[in-house]
Amino acid sequence: MRDWPLYEIFIRSKNGLNHKHVGSLHASDPQMAIQNARDVYTRRNEGVSIWVVEANHITASNPDDAEVLFDPATDKIYRHPTFYELPEALKHM
Amino acid sequence: MQQEIKDFILMMADNSMILGHRLGEWCGHGPVLEQDIALTNIALDIIGEARNYYAYLAELEGKKEDDYPMLRNERLFKNVLLVEQSNGNWGDTMMRQFMFDCWHYFHLEQMTNSRDERLGAIAKKSIKEANYHLSFSSKWVIRLGDGTEESHQKMQNALDSLLPYFDEFFIPSDFESYCYNEGINPDLNIVKTKAKTKFNEVIDLATLSLPQNIFTKKGGKSGIHSEHLGFILTEMQYLQRAYPGVTW
Repeated sequence: MRDWPLYEIFIRSKNGLNHKHVGSLHASDPQMAIQNARDVYTRRNEGVSIWVVEANHITASNPDDAEVLFDPATDKIYRHPTFYELPEALKHM
Repeated sequence: MQQEIKDFILMMADNSMILGHRLGEWCGHGPVLEQDIALTNIALDIIGEARNYYAYLAELEGKKEDDYPMLRNERLFKNVLLVEQSNGNWGDTMMRQFMFDCWHYFHLEQMTNSRDERLGAIAKKSIKEANYHLSFSSKWVIRLGDGTEESHQKMQNALDSLLPYFDEFFIPSDFESYCYNEGINPDLNIVKTKAKTKFNEVIDLATLSLPQNIFTKKGGKSGIHSEHLGFILTEMQYLQRAYPGVTW
């Protein structure tokens, strides 16, 4: 069991919403990961769909690169669509 | 209501109750946290199903739900011998569960058409859970049977020692024959055919071999139990026996 890979677990809480990362667990194979996730993360009606991804298949950005990657966006307010006049008919924008 | 029908309801209840208690013994001892939770989930599912049957009987007889699991002696329990067998190792527990699930799922499937509406409703509610249990235990039997040399051997041992208890499910007792004629209990031949097809398919995928010339052990349905049940009841009934009527 010590060799069981780590799986990252994503749960869709309602149809129409996106899958959200909820945590991780160990399992011997993807089917077991889904069953484990079902028992650990959805026992109180938290979900309608489960994705599992072996953690080592996820490529993550390096926290050290955060400045380079994300800071340039902070002063570009024109990228936010807040300068447009929206027609009355459009709700929830 | 006819005694035979009550006996049938008791058998359904006791099968789930006693196995649920056995699974509960794993609580805190599972091989990993997730399996510990998985097994207690299953335990709660089937104890919940048992409660539905006991509550039905209690209404019919003007008794309390707890009277049945907590205040009867072992000769009055009608569960099959399989469900009272020891947990053994994880593989033994999974093999026992798999045999139970094969019967349970297909029995409930047929029982959804019971002429007794209440039993049909319980079957419809429980079959979703039973479906999951069957998928859970099947995957474990395959995973371990077709796993390492050691896990394969352990599953083969589990199959060899538990198979003699499997067929009791499908040998109708007098009360089941009565209920079948009344359209209350499913045809056990149909249940058996479907359960065995699934069973053999999984055993095959698990690369296990079925032992030949087994001697079927039975008696539970008529109250003749193995030595284990007394010990289970001693623990399970302790509180109600020591403090009659206690609630929390």
